[in-house]
Amino acid sequence: MAHDAALHPPTSTGLDNRKLAIWTFIGSECMFFATLISTYVVYKGQSLRGPLPHEAWTDPATGQTLEHVFSIPLVTFGTAVLLFSSFFVVLALNGLQTGKMKQFVGWLAATVVCGLFFIGMQVFEFTHFVHEKHLGFTTNLFGSSFFTLTGFHGTHVTLGVLWLATLLYLGIRGKMGPEKALNLEIAALYWHFVDVVWIVIFPVVYLMK
Amino acid sequence: MSHTHESTGIKSWLTTVDHKRIGIMYGASAFLFFLIGGLEALLIRWQLRMPDQTFLTPEMYNQLFTMHGTSMIFLGVMPFSAMFFNYLIPLQVGARDVAFPRLNAFSFWTFLLGGLFLNASFLVNAAPNAGWFGYANLTSKQFSPGLNTDFWVAGLQILGIASLAAAVNFTVTILNMRATGMKMLRVPMFSWMSLITQVLLLLSFPVITVALVMLMFDRMFGTSFFNPAGGGDPVLWQHLFWVFGHPEVYILILPAFGIVSEILPVFSRKPLFGYTAMVFSGCFIAFLGFGVWSHHMFAVGMGPVADTVFSLMTMLIAIPTGVKIFNWIGTIWGGSISLKSPMLFALGFIAMFIIGGLSGVMHSVAPADLQQTDSYFVVAHFHYVLFGGAIFSLVGGAYFWWPKMFGRMLDETLGKLHFWLMMIGFNLTFFPMHMLGLHGMPRRVYTYADKMGFNEGNLLATIGALTIAVSFLVFIWNIIKTWRGPANAPADPWNGATLEWSIPSPPQHFNFAEVPTVESRDAWWHIKRAKGGNVGEPKRYAEDAVLMPNPSWWPMITSIGIIIFFVGLVFHVNLPVILLGAGVVLLGIFKWAFEPPFSEAH
Amino acid sequence: MSHSAEAHAETHSHPTWQLYVGIAVILFALTALEVGAYEVAERGIMGGFGVFVKEMVVEILLVLSAAKFALVAMFYMHLKQDSKIFSSVFVFPIILAALVILALLGLFVYNRGQNAIWNMPPWS
Repeated sequence: MAHDAALHPPTSTGLDNRKLAIWTFIGSECMFFATLISTYVVYKGQSLRGPLPHEAWTDPATGQTLEHVFSIPLVTFGTAVLLFSSFFVVLALNGLQTGKMKQFVGWLAATVVCGLFFIGMQVFEFTHFVHEKHLGFTTNLFGSSFFTLTGFHGTHVTLGVLWLATLLYLGIRGKMGPEKALNLEIAALYWHFVDVVWIVIFPVVYLMK
Repeated sequence: MSHTHESTGIKSWLTTVDHKRIGIMYGASAFLFFLIGGLEALLIRWQLRMPDQTFLTPEMYNQLFTMHGTSMIFLGVMPFSAMFFNYLIPLQVGARDVAFPRLNAFSFWTFLLGGLFLNASFLVNAAPNAGWFGYANLTSKQFSPGLNTDFWVAGLQILGIASLAAAVNFTVTILNMRATGMKMLRVPMFSWMSLITQVLLLLSFPVITVALVMLMFDRMFGTSFFNPAGGGDPVLWQHLFWVFGHPEVYILILPAFGIVSEILPVFSRKPLFGYTAMVFSGCFIAFLGFGVWSHHMFAVGMGPVADTVFSLMTMLIAIPTGVKIFNWIGTIWGGSISLKSPMLFALGFIAMFIIGGLSGVMHSVAPADLQQTDSYFVVAHFHYVLFGGAIFSLVGGAYFWWPKMFGRMLDETLGKLHFWLMMIGFNLTFFPMHMLGLHGMPRRVYTYADKMGFNEGNLLATIGALTIAVSFLVFIWNIIKTWRGPANAPADPWNGATLEWSIPSPPQHFNFAEVPTVESRDAWWHIKRAKGGNVGEPKRYAEDAVLMPNPSWWPMITSIGIIIFFVGLVFHVNLPVILLGAGVVLLGIFKWAFEPPFSEAH
Repeated sequence: MSHSAEAHAETHSHPTWQLYVGIAVILFALTALEVGAYEVAERGIMGGFGVFVKEMVVEILLVLSAAKFALVAMFYMHLKQDSKIFSSVFVFPIILAALVILALLGLFVYNRGQNAIWNMPPWS
């Protein structure tokens, strides 16, 4: 039918336009996060004052000691949650592609829950840093570069959760099917990329001193 | 009811997703901003015509040179190139539109509204004034307390969004929507150079996006990314800016290279010499372009190792560029040359770009650059490559593709007059600047003292600038005069080589009724030869012969949301306005995503 | 339709759910190793091996995270089964990104030691 042909014309590479587009966009985002990571790395150790990520710091003016900021157990848990969310969305996509709609909806819901959990962990971590650890956005270079890098990552996670939740809503309402699997595949690629960025951020920011 | 018949009227243009209409709108907007940028230049030149002038205050001068540079780059050359990307790429690769027509419209409206937003800063006497490259920490709140730099940051972010979206669009279009038989090494050179340009856009814009965000955080929230008092390093700004900025200049010139590579073969009646070498040298230039950025920073004190590395890499880029120049000459050599307007501009391009390239290689020698940097020698260099290069080529492209886009030929005599006035005016303006720079005249200073040896050069430059202005008045007159005539230009007035010449002038909404199968490079020459040379005018079909995507309001509405967001940001971080903008963007995106691209009728 | 072309390619070597579980387990294990390396370096335990880990902790972390990156990309993002075009579109920017990070690191760290911006000697 002319309608179908116009909607899905054969492509020169045999690849779907939208899938090629999301990969292209992901390539661009690599440079975006590379710049944020570069800034963090370049300013590592250059803060004029504390608090610091891994060591305690004593204020020479007041003599007050501020303890180190990072809580590795919390972040490790968040990292694991994000990794599992990538696993879950793969299962969701598998379900959708093979027409197993309950599997699709169930695992996609699990993915969204993981995403929300990760965001919650970040929000908790940020408020903890600000209120208990005295590390604000403008306190020092560490605070500025840390919150900017992880904040942008968190924003990407939030947008990803919104995207996946929309697809979940459509799935629950019965508007998804195997013929629309590409929609989830594209959202999932974005989601995996967000996970992959965290795979880089976790060691570079939290584990390297 | 058929939705595919393209109507006239303002609403149809506001909601269009047709790449040809979007291209024309890009061109018209670019020309408007180019004229504004030109006016800014004329004001600068009037101030500098003689020593110790007070026509402009230092503050006004700073705003003018900042906006001149920003406008010419982001609102002039880039959208002019976008006009050609939009109009030509689908036609050249044999497609009916780009991969994502609504995303295409979104890019245009975001660009236009962003450009208007940036220029609106003049209305509140707060035009950007810290140079088009906004060096820290001049741009800090301490040294730039007004809204000027905030307008600049927001404007560039908005334009960046437009460019990124378009880059995804064109990359997918060129890779995925080629006609049957059009292998990558049969793609026309303009589309090839455009593809490389899109890749550069995709990889360089994110860097400046982050840098601008950090500058914004410094100004609005008091972080110290670029503030030494807080531990930050202003040099980081320079690095991040130029990691973007150097690929940016290749973004400016590669489409122009592509246009010249289309014009020369047609007016020499000979195929492009060394097509494969041209493709690979283009790729090489783009790749190397990411490795030379600190040649803008030789005077910063990076140390001898860094200076040497960047010096060598910069010299290296001259090689693939040289390959292109030799191949252009090789194209003309032995050809049957026709000196019509497009060809004059293309030939002018080669000559002027060589001169600009030579001064560029002089810059690559770091010790020499220590004297040249921040002097008028640099101004001469980049105007030779950007005006003598990009603008000459883009204007030539305008004359070349005008009949295809508007169905009318531009007047040849006026075209030649435009060319010679522009050639003479351009060289009169910018050649003396080489000498002025070597004699020590600094850039970005609103006046100069008498008896420095700068007087004659500056006066010549101002006369030249006025000559350039006259040349563009000739161009405008040419457009007006020929617009009055009927739109009956032939489909193929120049005996073109590529597929856009095989369809009517202007093309029908759907471009090709039947997309041809391609069997070689210069597909249209090949098809014509196979038919014995005589093809006649192409057949016109019913307007609704092919189902095309629906027009849509949502791309423009999403763009408006972006502008609202940034207005809120610039005017003292007004949270309700920012949230309103974000809300409009989300609404626009959701409605867009759920709107069917095609109507169900048929 | 392009959908069926894609589905065809995938069914030929479609990963099973067992493979996905396996990858998830490996990712979890690699994360544990990363945190382990950090803790060993931090606490100075495990004798001679611990000293080695402490000295090489950056390299170890980079290798482990690269492995996780590759696993997610190749198997969860299906790069291994999909067209090589997608791999190129992803890998080229990653390489460029890595080079830019390294270059900036080099430019700034180099300056810090000997020729820091704020300690520049006079020209003569």
